[in-house]
Amino acid sequence: MNTVPLTELAAVIRSKNAGPYELTVDIMFKDERDYLLLKKTNFFTKQLFARLYGIPEGKVINVVYFDAAFAVKCTMVRSTVSGAPGDTDIYGAQQHAPLLKLRVPLTRSEGPPA
Amino acid sequence: MKRAAFKVLSPTAILGYGFPEESFRRGVEKKPDLIAVDAGSTDPGPHYLGIGKSFTSRLAVKRDLALMLEGALKLGVPCIIGSAGGSGAREHVAWTESIIREIAGEQGYAFRMAVIYADVSKKDVLGAMRKGKVRPLYPAPEIGPGEVSKSVRIVAQMGVEPLLEALEQGCQVILCGRCYDPIPFAAPAIQKGYDTGLAIHMGKILECAAIAATPGSGSDCVMGTLLDDCFEMESLNEQRQFTCISTAAHTLYEKTDPYALAGPGGLLDLRKTRFEALEGGRVRVSGTKFVAANPYTVKLEGVKRAGFRTISIAGIRDPILVDTIDSVLDTIRIKTKEATGFDGGLFFHLYGKNAVMGALEPEKDSRPCELGLVMEVIAGTQQQANTVCSYVRSTLLHFGYPGRISTAGNLALLYSPSDIPCGKVYVFNIYHLMEVDDPKGLFPMEVYEVTP
Repeated sequence: MNTVPLTELAAVIRSKNAGPYELTVDIMFKDERDYLLLKKTNFFTKQLFARLYGIPEGKVINVVYFDAAFAVKCTMVRSTVSGAPGDTDIYGAQQHAPLLKLRVPLTRSEGPPA
Repeated sequence: MKRAAFKVLSPTAILGYGFPEESFRRGVEKKPDLIAVDAGSTDPGPHYLGIGKSFTSRLAVKRDLALMLEGALKLGVPCIIGSAGGSGAREHVAWTESIIREIAGEQGYAFRMAVIYADVSKKDVLGAMRKGKVRPLYPAPEIGPGEVSKSVRIVAQMGVEPLLEALEQGCQVILCGRCYDPIPFAAPAIQKGYDTGLAIHMGKILECAAIAATPGSGSDCVMGTLLDDCFEMESLNEQRQFTCISTAAHTLYEKTDPYALAGPGGLLDLRKTRFEALEGGRVRVSGTKFVAANPYTVKLEGVKRAGFRTISIAGIRDPILVDTIDSVLDTIRIKTKEATGFDGGLFFHLYGKNAVMGALEPEKDSRPCELGLVMEVIAGTQQQANTVCSYVRSTLLHFGYPGRISTAGNLALLYSPSDIPCGKVYVFNIYHLMEVDDPKGLFPMEVYEVTP
């Protein structure tokens, strides 16, 4: 199967706190067709994020597809509460790196825009 | 009945982050019905609620407020500030109030001002807990009365109701303690009968100002215009615009579920929300519904003391030490415990290795040419933290690790003094929902006639 780097398809890949107890990552696609194809094949799952971050699946709260922004969002339980002793990223803003190396399966039909 | 458009000017994402005066003037020329700003966030961490200070600077807040008050008084419209001082506790509100009074004195302003507090006493939380009316906001843990007693400060996020009361009393300036972020932008429109769901959704975008535009910015002005069945967003700086994507994307920002945004007394349902591009870099949003919750709940935020911190910062460039750093630090940890008896918080943050992602770091075997090391001690007193940090730093500096050929010192210490006492450390320990009978009951209001 053909795979392409996620960074080629995404306009935005970011992480941030969703409150002090949660870390949330957003992936927004440039092209609606890429987004819809990956949504249809349900590529982004709790299992995928658990593997990328080396955490148990139970720590992945949800994976949500948001059509209006061609976006996939995954929220996880923070391993340390924001600002608590041992925390390494108070805002949770630099936890997106594993997604920058991800490749996604995609067979693009180079037709006119849908 | 068709209502006139209700325009809300949002100057900046956080009071004190600044904004271009030109953008603001352009906004004032469009005659907004309200100028509002959000000053709060839990993002900077638990320290600010614990210590009772703002994460923004006084001069910056004064500069922003001076322009906002000038604009609002000139137009004769309300000026509303949410989550004063960042964390919205009594000290933060008092700090912001003193700035407002200072501006009024300097400029000769007179206005009626409401100050609404959001502090919740431990007694009230414990009482509600006994009645089963306090529950953790997942994934915050269940807590008992002992944990509540440890809190040094607890605030609740107010909903729209206390602000409606202030508006009824004819207050032009409303200074709020901790507040659900969209509320300062939504309350006057809700008072006038506009749809609650649309008003709050517009407030949700406005509270971050130009962050939702493209290119985004945390320090520029935007305008939201509320109509009967939709609202429209526009940038007040021609270098930015709203697009369907930028506006929709903002709905995701810092939230767990973009289709259901919970707040005091209910949630926003975005499953039917539509985003439509208009000319002039504007976007129209419709379809968002507010679903009232019963019972009414507010979110509590509380912090407790976790000790005192001292840090020391150093670089490591020796490749032999870089290669063996993990085992060397393990040894230092053991030596520290043996020599000082300290068994508390000792953290080594290794920049260049895994300081940013910690256990989540997937690239565990990277081999940098240098490492940044922050040695961190959290102890029961500042003196103990200083003592332990000093021991860790000096022991590591001269430790004869296996294979060492550089015998003059292992660390490139960044500063003199090398150890930095950081003061009190706080941690969040309450992040819970509390059921209330009266949405105004927790939020006492004082009304003043401010004169120069």
